[in-house]
Amino acid sequence: MARPGRNRYTGYLLLAPGALWLAAFFVIPFYSLVSASLFDPNGSVLTGYKMTFHVANFATVIRVYHSELFRSLWYAGLATLICLVIGYVLAYAIAFKGGRWRNLLLVLVIAPFFTSFLLRTLSWKLILSDHGFVVSTLQNLHLIGSNQHLLNTWFAVVAGIVYNFLPFMVLPLYASLEKIDGRLVEAANDLYASPFTAFFKVTWPLSLPGVVAGTLLTFIPSAGDYINQTLLGSPGGRMVGNVIQSLFTTTQDYAGAGALSVILMVVIIGLVLVYIRKAGTEELI
Amino acid sequence: MSPIARTWRWIREHVVLALGLLVLTYMFVPIAVVVLMSFNDPGKSKNVYTFRHFTLHNWMHPCAPAGMCHSVGLSLGIGLLATIIATIIGTMAAFGMVRHEFAGRSLANTVIFLPMASPEIVMGSSLLALFVSTQVALGFVTILIAHVMFCLSFVVVTVKARLTGLDDNLEQAAMDLYANETETFWRVTFPLVLPGILGAALLSFSLSFDDYIITNLNAGQSTTFPMFVWGAAQRGVPMQVNVIGTVMFLIAITLVLGNELNNRRQARALATR
Repeated sequence: MARPGRNRYTGYLLLAPGALWLAAFFVIPFYSLVSASLFDPNGSVLTGYKMTFHVANFATVIRVYHSELFRSLWYAGLATLICLVIGYVLAYAIAFKGGRWRNLLLVLVIAPFFTSFLLRTLSWKLILSDHGFVVSTLQNLHLIGSNQHLLNTWFAVVAGIVYNFLPFMVLPLYASLEKIDGRLVEAANDLYASPFTAFFKVTWPLSLPGVVAGTLLTFIPSAGDYINQTLLGSPGGRMVGNVIQSLFTTTQDYAGAGALSVILMVVIIGLVLVYIRKAGTEELI
Repeated sequence: MSPIARTWRWIREHVVLALGLLVLTYMFVPIAVVVLMSFNDPGKSKNVYTFRHFTLHNWMHPCAPAGMCHSVGLSLGIGLLATIIATIIGTMAAFGMVRHEFAGRSLANTVIFLPMASPEIVMGSSLLALFVSTQVALGFVTILIAHVMFCLSFVVVTVKARLTGLDDNLEQAAMDLYANETETFWRVTFPLVLPGILGAALLSFSLSFDDYIITNLNAGQSTTFPMFVWGAAQRGVPMQVNVIGTVMFLIAITLVLGNELNNRRQARALATR
């Protein structure tokens, strides 16, 4: 698509403002965060922070907060898996059964986005509350005991994360499902593949780019989220986002908060690399 | 075809669509609750999580809770400014990346993608670390900087998708008909890309208006609407926040549905011409 312009520097000029903004307010801050993680942990806002290359910060926060870190990864992983299952059904239905309503249905997937994230989460608090319809129905069906509740449990937190990040899963899934040529599935059927085999040998492998993009876009923000945990979970079940947030704003332990943020980022990048490599090899089989 | 295969086919024909619609319905359940609660009269009760009486009071007096409308105003202001800045420089960057040669293309792609793939808490805390170490006062400007930063990537990706899908021949035709580069750009290219740019702007505004995690870390003494809701949630939210939520939802859905219907009408007009 690139074409000879009048000026060979036009590309750089067009790119410059955006690139500078991201460099100044995304790349450099990341450097500040890494350096903050090496501050002397005894500093405070009043006395200032000294750069002492205190690598022990990392060991300290891992020792103190490893359970929050594991809980975040576990909640995010479970929520991503549930999102994948129900998101795939929705994306598949829109792509293959939507017909002329496809675009409209897609708009409806994005529409809940426009009501505030916090308000939607507070709605779940209401829906799952002890006197609410869901809890009383489950109690009447004896699926849960009469003194059990849903709110302030891990279940509510995972349900909230699933709900809030579902569109991030559906949109990439839809984008790759929509590109699949229906004739390929027909060909598989003509060659006596059962619909089941046709799905797993044709549709699923062709949708893998969407699966990878969707799971990443769901997993990464949910691992750092603390809104669902705070509003729907119990104080004892904090996630790593809660800890980073309170270290920054309440305790003002910038060194610890920085170290924990860097660890979260490194763990996520590590998991993502392993995952992409796995997904890449699966595609070849 | 075996009966099993036939049954399976029937299931696929109908049940997948039914399940899909079920998932879609699930996505709208909390919205329905927000709309419903905007008509709730909690009375003297502290319990704001049950519907007690129907009232129009919340809609007649949306600004009754102290500080709420001020926070909505701040969020609207930041949302509009961040959207304008992010849309302009993001669109420029998208044109630069698709239409021009430059060194470091893959680096640029990576840097654009990374903000979408970083947890908000990490982005917010690293910006805060920068502002603290450079002793920048937290407030309106720092919120605006943060919002433009995280909207930018979404603008670039959306506009780029529209640009790469564009039919080259239309521009070639304009050039063949003696339009110069500027005329071709403003009369052919730009109108064709405009839906993508408007979509990106709408997305930016909703991201900015909705953001809590990054904003909360970099806001200082300012209170945006999500921060107001968060603060109020600790004591029980005033019902008026549901009015704001409903209004935002109605405006957005009118815009996107209106656009969708307009596209259909145009497509039909072209087909019958």
